Amino acid sequence: MCGIVGLFSKSPGLEERLGEYLAAMLTQMSDRGPDSAGVAVYCNPAPLGSSKLTLFSADPNQHWGGLCDELGEEFGGSPEPRVRASHAVVVVDTDAEAAEAWVRRNHPELRVMSAGTVIEIFKETGRPERFVEQFGLTDIQGTHALGHTRMATESRVTTEGSHPFSTGLDLCLVHNGSLSNHNRLRQRLRREGIEFQTENDTEVAAGYLAWRLREGASLEEALEGCLDDLDGFYTFAVGTAEGFAVLRDPIACKPAVLAETDDWVAMASEYRAISVLPGAAEARMWEPEPAVVYVWEKAVV
Amino acid sequence: MAVEATHVAAAAVEVVDLATTPLRELNQRLHDLAGAAPEPRYWRVVNPSGAHAVACGLDAEIEIEIDGHVGYYCAGMNKLATLRVRGNAGTGLAENMMSGTVVVEGSASQSAGATGRGGLLVVHGDASARCGISMKGVDIVVRGSVGHMSAFMAQTGRLVVCGDAGDALGDSIYEARVYVRGVVAGLGADCIEKELRDEHVAELRHLLERAGIEDVDPSEFRRYGSARRLYNFKIDNVSAY
Repeated sequence: MCGIVGLFSKSPGLEERLGEYLAAMLTQMSDRGPDSAGVAVYCNPAPLGSSKLTLFSADPNQHWGGLCDELGEEFGGSPEPRVRASHAVVVVDTDAEAAEAWVRRNHPELRVMSAGTVIEIFKETGRPERFVEQFGLTDIQGTHALGHTRMATESRVTTEGSHPFSTGLDLCLVHNGSLSNHNRLRQRLRREGIEFQTENDTEVAAGYLAWRLREGASLEEALEGCLDDLDGFYTFAVGTAEGFAVLRDPIACKPAVLAETDDWVAMASEYRAISVLPGAAEARMWEPEPAVVYVWEKAVV
Repeated sequence: MAVEATHVAAAAVEVVDLATTPLRELNQRLHDLAGAAPEPRYWRVVNPSGAHAVACGLDAEIEIEIDGHVGYYCAGMNKLATLRVRGNAGTGLAENMMSGTVVVEGSASQSAGATGRGGLLVVHGDASARCGISMKGVDIVVRGSVGHMSAFMAQTGRLVVCGDAGDALGDSIYEARVYVRGVVAGLGADCIEKELRDEHVAELRHLLERAGIEDVDPSEFRRYGSARRLYNFKIDNVSAY
């Protein structure tokens, strides 16, 4: 099964309460995905010239302050960790590629959940209601967010196997469905230099998008490529720095509903998740067509 | 007989608020009405908030209005009851309905009226993919359009679409009749267009009337049905449909 939610703010009032609404939407999708939950939030842009990493440690006694000291020595500045449960967000005085490469090289015990300037990804095993509490989601403010509740079918229930998956700088993917050609595609993508951390099918879709984008495809082109190259069932939601995109497989096996008001655009597996938003009952609502890419983005100023 | 908005002003209306009443309690109360002379006869459900299985498995001559959007399987297996949803409905609306009337004022998601055996299902907005899949006698009238694979393996009953139909309409269809007024993206295996004769226009007029749709001309439809090359059609069995 699995549940997907997405919320894109069109008003400052909603941005202030983004975390609160995201938490409520995620909780509504709890019985679609009680194994694990996760969110990608677009918020707090890193200052010009710096970047932002979200890191996960499996060690409950992880000393994030020590890591930040090392990052400060390497790249300058005095980074402070913002810790949420097993994750920490760190702003580093260098570009995201350099910061991510340094962490991977020097701290292989850590996982880089997201890298970029605005994205933060948090995900964990356990029931979504518990996740919301553990990670204190309700105080988050931001422009837009995606969330996922997982009912695993293809691979193990682990933090790394939870969604969203990073697909590049400030990009992420959440998925409802299952892919059947992921093993072959993973081999192909590994030859292209794409790295994988799990045996998860969605990670392959994320890797596929990362590869296509690296080769110069636009987000729309990369998503349209999924229609030819991925075999299986999917409703995808992709988060970008400016907004989000939605794609369903050509026979629309997995549900999705979209809704829009003057204050927000929302996407969810079911209307239940949207019903918690202000003005939901009067929102314009429709089902995304199969095999059509939908994109919402903030006007770049 | 047209399906009117339920006129409930005169009679006592039982109002159930799903924001405060557990769904199982509502459904149990409705199930307990099965049998003769159900009381209360008129019901109104508020704050459904997309809940699944609202008013499922009814078996009583009652009238229910649901104010808001409902989730999956609303009015599933409906028998005798008249339901009106003032909102949209999720997957599996009126699945396997037996009789009675189900009206949705908004749109319906996938598999509306799936396997339905009787009664009338009206969707005033659009219905999504697989509308009327494997229908077995239900009549379905959609004011808007239907998605792909609608009337897949439809056995008997009528599907009326005032708008367009998606790809693979009527794939592997048996003896159900499909009427579409707009554009058909594509016909499924063994589904062909057939002549719209006077008897069909009369049938359409009657169905539209029952659905309360007055501004659609029944002569504007095209009729689709089985070419009878895929399944083992025997003329001796035609009365079974």
